[in-house]
Amino acid sequence: MNPLRRTLLQSAGAGSALGLLLAAGLLKPTRVLAADWNRPAFTATNLGDALKAYGAAASVEHRDIVINAAEISENGAQVPVEIISNLPGYQTIAVFVEKNPMPLAASLSFANGAVPYVRLQLKMAESSRLRAVVRTADGKTYHASREIKVTLGGCGG
Amino acid sequence: MADPIKIRATQQGGITDIRVLMQHPMESGQRKDTASGNAIPAHFIQNFTISANGKQLIAGQLNTAISRNPLFAFRARGLKAGDRLAVHWTDTRGEQRSDEATVAG
Repeated sequence: MNPLRRTLLQSAGAGSALGLLLAAGLLKPTRVLAADWNRPAFTATNLGDALKAYGAAASVEHRDIVINAAEISENGAQVPVEIISNLPGYQTIAVFVEKNPMPLAASLSFANGAVPYVRLQLKMAESSRLRAVVRTADGKTYHASREIKVTLGGCGG
Repeated sequence: MADPIKIRATQQGGITDIRVLMQHPMESGQRKDTASGNAIPAHFIQNFTISANGKQLIAGQLNTAISRNPLFAFRARGLKAGDRLAVHWTDTRGEQRSDEATVAG
């Protein structure tokens, strides 16, 4: 069962209560509108739960996904990582840092001529395996992993 | 009002190199105020989009593990000099920011 759908169904059931909260001004409507943020996957606190919530627990390792990063990074507050997917078609790239308090760091969807390529900077709590998960247009998931060492953890910064 | 998004897009032989710097503290919620010892609440960009000439190229969802002042590089095909790029983000407090730039030749 899709956990996101479950959450949505639950919130639909709690609709009247939500309405009351809105009327009381306790919730900002803008926050309710940002429902496309995959909360179950982003707030999962271990890699297994995060992958499951993201629907990628059964992803297959694929050599067409490339992760470029320095083997050792001195500053865990800013670890540059480059991810390239050579898989065809529209797709989404998600970045998981296994040992971070919340492993899912980002999810990026590419369309209309955007190349499935991203360079970004991550905070890493400690040395960890990084996993890039690609979801293709047919819903299948593939991944690649890479070990990154950090000499100074970045969750405090 | 949040600080402006810095956008730079340059043509590199058929591919457009897009760099986006969103100025944001990206507070993780794990830091403590050194003076008071109180936890600093999480405050981070959750969603952003990049569009070219009104068509969405990239939609991103972010977590606290993205570094302060998020810097991204992307690539796109089919753009030309003068095309309009728009970047928009929203954060956990419902704050948002939109900025535009043109693809340089």
